[in-house]
Amino acid sequence: MIDNWPILSIITFLPLAGVLSLLLIRGDERSIAQNSRYVALWVSSFTFLVSLPILIGFDSTLTGYHFEEKAVWLAGTGIGYHMGVDGISMPFVLLSTFLTPLAILASWQAITVRVREYMIAFLVLETMMVGMFVSLDMLMFYLFFEAVLIPMFLIIGIWGGPRRVYAAFKFFLYTLLGSVLMLVCMLAIYIDAGTTDIPVLAGHRFSESMQTWLFLGFLASFAVKVPMWPLHTWLPDAHVEAPTAGSMILAGVLLKMGGYGFLRFSLPMFPMASEYFAPLIFTLSIIAVIYTSLVALAQSDMKKMIAYSSVAHMGFVTIGIFTLTEQGIAGAMFQMISHGLVSAALFFCVGVVYDRLHTRDISAYGGVATVMPRYAVFFMFMMLASVGLPGTSGFVGEMLVLVGAWHVSSWVAFFTATGLVLGATYMLWLYRRVMFGAIVNDAVKNMEPMQMREFTIFLPLSFLVLLFGVYPMALLDVMAVSIQFVLDGLSANGLSVLAQN
Amino acid sequence: MVFDLTDILPALPEMILATLALVLVLVAAYGGESARNAQRVTRIALGGIVLALALIWSSSVGNETAFGGMFRADSFAGYMKILVLLGTFCALYMSITPLAKDDINKPEFALLVMLALVGMMLMISANDLMSLYMAVELQSLPLYVVAAMRTNSLRSSEAGLKYFLLGALSSGMLLYGASLVYGFAGTTSFSGIAAAVSADQLPVVFIVGMVFMVSGIAFKISAAPFHMWTPDVYQGSPSPVTALFAIAPKVAAMALMMRLTYGAFGSIEAEWSQVLVALSIASMVVGALGAIMQTDIKRMMAYSSIAHMGYALAGLAAGTQQGALGVMIYMTGYIFMGAGAFAIILLMRRDGQSATRVADLQGLSRTHPTLALGLMIMMFSMAGIPPLAGFFGKWYVFLAAVNAGLVPLAVIGVVMSVVGAFYYLRIIKIMYFEDADEPLDAEIPVANKLVLGVSIAVILLFFIGLSPLLETAGFAADALMAQL
Repeated sequence: MIDNWPILSIITFLPLAGVLSLLLIRGDERSIAQNSRYVALWVSSFTFLVSLPILIGFDSTLTGYHFEEKAVWLAGTGIGYHMGVDGISMPFVLLSTFLTPLAILASWQAITVRVREYMIAFLVLETMMVGMFVSLDMLMFYLFFEAVLIPMFLIIGIWGGPRRVYAAFKFFLYTLLGSVLMLVCMLAIYIDAGTTDIPVLAGHRFSESMQTWLFLGFLASFAVKVPMWPLHTWLPDAHVEAPTAGSMILAGVLLKMGGYGFLRFSLPMFPMASEYFAPLIFTLSIIAVIYTSLVALAQSDMKKMIAYSSVAHMGFVTIGIFTLTEQGIAGAMFQMISHGLVSAALFFCVGVVYDRLHTRDISAYGGVATVMPRYAVFFMFMMLASVGLPGTSGFVGEMLVLVGAWHVSSWVAFFTATGLVLGATYMLWLYRRVMFGAIVNDAVKNMEPMQMREFTIFLPLSFLVLLFGVYPMALLDVMAVSIQFVLDGLSANGLSVLAQN
Repeated sequence: MVFDLTDILPALPEMILATLALVLVLVAAYGGESARNAQRVTRIALGGIVLALALIWSSSVGNETAFGGMFRADSFAGYMKILVLLGTFCALYMSITPLAKDDINKPEFALLVMLALVGMMLMISANDLMSLYMAVELQSLPLYVVAAMRTNSLRSSEAGLKYFLLGALSSGMLLYGASLVYGFAGTTSFSGIAAAVSADQLPVVFIVGMVFMVSGIAFKISAAPFHMWTPDVYQGSPSPVTALFAIAPKVAAMALMMRLTYGAFGSIEAEWSQVLVALSIASMVVGALGAIMQTDIKRMMAYSSIAHMGYALAGLAAGTQQGALGVMIYMTGYIFMGAGAFAIILLMRRDGQSATRVADLQGLSRTHPTLALGLMIMMFSMAGIPPLAGFFGKWYVFLAAVNAGLVPLAVIGVVMSVVGAFYYLRIIKIMYFEDADEPLDAEIPVANKLVLGVSIAVILLFFIGLSPLLETAGFAADALMAQL
């Protein structure tokens, strides 16, 4: 019975129902704020619960799409309402529904003005994120992909830091510029293939010259989203100015839209161009990994540092994807999920101390571990996961990417590995400066210990990071068949990289 | 020629509106110069529009001509007329309250708008150079007057005069072009002109005539480089008049452009397509860049409308059925975005005085949350952000452009839409990211509430109604293609 439910549509649009109920709340300002928090938390938690059946009911041995829903939208034009998940999109759906309630919980006390509007923005954001990952129609994908900008623009612009206007505009316009170039390519695809149905398009053969242009158009959009060097400059600004929860979602889910796009569009639809441009992607990614790691080393702002480390980590992802090997793509996927959890947790770590001291300046801290020991444990765990300590999820992803890169070229692997060393350097150094040493700032002494609420946010994040670290097959099994399907599509085009294996 | 009733019946809605306008002359003259009489005239005019809407809506989709082939009533005309009637209705409906406050509370206002409306509807149905010119003049002359309606305002008088002078110039161009075309083709009917030329045997004079005619109409839709009057007229005219300018005449002039290019010049598509590509690029660039520096919201809307016309022309430049369809979808979204945005701009008053600086919107999200939300939706839609109406308009016009091989045009278009997004976002920034120093007046008339509410609903839920809309517009586009 339950099999026939349009579960993906329910997950996608359930948060919008929450928006409606938020609009109906009446009362004085205080009670509106408090009720909005609870409504948003319950709705997003419920959405997460509703999204669990797609994990439980997912048969990872089957290729193709699961829980498919099809409906007529624009009859006779090849554009329809089509939803479904495979091993590539399913983890992202869960990541989105999992992080949203945590993000709402993280802004429980940090957001005190216009709480209702804030919660509305977050629930709308959740709908757009989930919708994007479950869309199997290109136009629908684009609608969600682009609509994400609206709530995020408002979250940064209204509840952000002092330079929020600049950051919000930069975020919006940068991303939009990339997206509209992709839009032109989508028009060309639609004209060439006569449909926007993604599974059909994956089997459509575009001419070689067309693939080149289409690949570049899509690259413009995804490279900004990922972000890849040199299009990453919006990210540090957006992260620094966004409220903590905004950063969590931005790093946790929105950055993954680029990587997901590569796997959903670029590889299956433009296989020849993907191979042709792989060296370009490697070069940009290696520069990203090394350059942004060095930049991170020089930061005095904690959030900015973690933002730059995100760029470096996403560099691993793009390298992994374009190795066009099983290990590389699996590693990239794993790295994306792991980074989604770890970076969200790290941004929350910054948020925890920011809520107490109202500064993100590293030099204002020092000796925090003596005042907040439990916090120090969580921070250390997440920091080590970010560095890629064996036993945490970060290790698996980076290792697989390196293995994949080794298949392509030992130089690529070598330079990528440099990023690991640099990553360990800046993260450990950050930890030492914030947590250890003598307390120089008197305000640090008076910092409150960790609250139950903060504990509840860290616990599930840590659990998953640890679980995927010690039992990576939990995630790899789910993805394996779908990744193999992508690779089969590539080898059907007789690509030389695969011939080597 | 024998007079036959069936020969004029397809023009029944126009005749009803024209008769009503003449009756209104009497009402206006005998009712006195009071605000109450002005409202009475406006209400009667609104009733007439509703009647015309109902007539067109219910009429069977035929392909009829009237007045010896000078007038064509097909499903394309029906579609565009509904848009024009809706737009005029919104503008006129919202003018009732400001009428009482502004010094344009004259009964002549609605009466002149009615006459212009008849002109617009005739433009949409024009099927002959004679009816084309007559319709354009009938539409323009009353609008020159309403632009200068606020007689004690220097700005308003300037707007009217400027509009008139440049409008007269454009009419001259139109007429000169028409005479050249007639001189070559030897007939004034669109189908006759189309039959007289073929792509391989084309005198330069004919092309010159075509370019002059297209330029004359480009002036009416305020496509760059014929846009110079637009910012001044938008800013100088009383706000209700600006609302009207922004919505209805653009749609009518666009329809006329489509009739002329697809009809009379249908066989030399390659020639006019180049002209439209140039107009389109110029409009998109001028509209996007010009709006950035504006401090007056009406002026900004003027540049915004120039840009919108540029996007619509990108679809038209494709010269295909898909292009016509794209333009129709675009204009459908456009009138609702315009109506919604002006529903709020008309409310921008402080202590009873109109306050139309962009900065006057500061902190609107705190003082008037619903209005701010409404304007935000309009702005995101104008910027072409999905899933709002503006996005689908862009999708279909650029689809046609790419399909016709005009990829560079589409790329320029989308890049300019990003530049355009900047100034739309600026409005949102001012409303949401900044705090108010002085709130705007709190009074919101029912008319504005209704128009805003309907516009928001249409724009948010555009994707739901898109399927039937595509079907209707598809029929209309087919009718346009088949008019020869």
